[in-house]
Amino acid sequence: MAHAIEALSSLQRQTGEWLRGTGPHAAIVMSSRIRLARNLAGHRFPHWATKRGRAQVRAAVEQAAGRAPYLAQALLLHLEELPGVDRLFLVERHLISREHADGDAAERAVIIGDREIIAVMVNEEDHVRLQVLQSGLNLREGWAIASELDRQLEADLAYAFSPAWGYLTCCPTNVGTGLRASAMLHLPCLVMTKQINRVLHAITKLGLTARGLYGEGTEATGNFFQISNQVSLGRAEPELVDALERIAGQVVQQEEAAREAIVTQNREALEDRIWRAYGTLKSAHIITSAETTDLLSLVRLGVDLGIVPLDRATINTLFITTQPAHLQRWAGRSLASRERDVRRAQLLRESLAASAGRQGGTTP
Amino acid sequence: MTCDLCGEREATVHLTEIIQDESRELHLCEPCAREKGVKMDAPFGLADLMTGLTDLGATLEQSGIAPPTACPQCGLRFEDFKRSGRLGCGTCYETFQRGLALLLRQVHGASRHIGKAPAATSPQAKREAELEGLKARLKQAVKSEAFEEAATLRDRIGQLEPPPKPKGTRRGTRHRSAQ
Repeated sequence: MAHAIEALSSLQRQTGEWLRGTGPHAAIVMSSRIRLARNLAGHRFPHWATKRGRAQVRAAVEQAAGRAPYLAQALLLHLEELPGVDRLFLVERHLISREHADGDAAERAVIIGDREIIAVMVNEEDHVRLQVLQSGLNLREGWAIASELDRQLEADLAYAFSPAWGYLTCCPTNVGTGLRASAMLHLPCLVMTKQINRVLHAITKLGLTARGLYGEGTEATGNFFQISNQVSLGRAEPELVDALERIAGQVVQQEEAAREAIVTQNREALEDRIWRAYGTLKSAHIITSAETTDLLSLVRLGVDLGIVPLDRATINTLFITTQPAHLQRWAGRSLASRERDVRRAQLLRESLAASAGRQGGTTP
Repeated sequence: MTCDLCGEREATVHLTEIIQDESRELHLCEPCAREKGVKMDAPFGLADLMTGLTDLGATLEQSGIAPPTACPQCGLRFEDFKRSGRLGCGTCYETFQRGLALLLRQVHGASRHIGKAPAATSPQAKREAELEGLKARLKQAVKSEAFEEAATLRDRIGQLEPPPKPKGTRRGTRHRSAQ
């Protein structure tokens, strides 16, 4: 227990690789993610297994992970040892899914690799869900890492696989490659110019899907949209990854064109909105999570356009650290909603002042 | 865009179902989608799956296919699957294969895996996996104009590739392109 909490504190002090704001198209593509779903042959899927069955699976995966070079420095967390707020903390950092945090925690685990690039969920919907999360549009590299980690784990685990249907998953929507590739895009100018629905509609026509910041079933807040492949069967992994990377690249171009158009035609109004957003964030004493996300989105745009002299990693990180579980871990106790709004405002003021200090001045 | 069902609220759930090249779209608001049984917090694709599942019973009846009642390995019944959209174990895929093949074609536009396989699987599956990797490298080599490497890769692919099959059988189940 003490070990788990200490491990989480170490995570809290660091910034995940995917928030660094670097890599191809990092101004618009916040992160790229590759997820592979795998199950162990001869074992029932987690929702249909006994507690003992799930325990056997977890032990087997832990043993395999212990031998995988890519997970040499990894943190292993058993979810039943973590209080709810800490499970939520992992959700906010995109290390586990909401389903993994909310379900019966018994025999569930997550294995977190160096710089939070790799995370392996054990006994989520499938026995193994491994993800590679990186900054910028980096899906091909992500696939290469995921595929190698898959190979390392496979040395010790017999996966449920059929030559006809590929990797067998709990839900038939993931069968085949078990691959879901996704890119998180920040598209404020497509939203401002009201082109976003047209773009999202076109994406769904291409066999992809668009969702909000926290993936499945969440709303698009802060102008973040996650696009991912819908089909996992009948197309080879490199083909799926290439298609998503290409389409994400096209959406990036559309957002760039929209930014260009707004800057050309309406620069003053845009700068006004951005500086007002920044002014609110660095001055507020009470601020909700929703308002924070919306204002940070504008400031992030300001950073990308060279209007606000802050570094992108600071803004990216604030999207995560202003979330409820992060605030409560920072405070070291549970906070009521109003207390969180006060803490959040304090964190924003301190972080923005520190970042502005590093960049040497804030006013235009 | 307003909801196709209530015609009042903004549609936020967009379902596309593609059967035999016929694409049907459904735009729903969240409350209507919930009512229709689209699980909002479920993994993506489950919505499509659920739509498919609703029709599946009828389709199977019409075609005279009676799915086995329970999986011999884990005891999951087809009814359980229809209710939750989740299977019980890997063997369920064999047990319910006829019903699933229909469903997979609806969800993925395909019912046969192409791509990576575990190294420990059959020599044939292994060969296919190697082919896939070689083809990806070939594409990369051609792109970067490394023609010598490309020629070597092409020879290796030629050795591994099975003789060509009659047109239309290899990907006969694919009727959707995600491009």
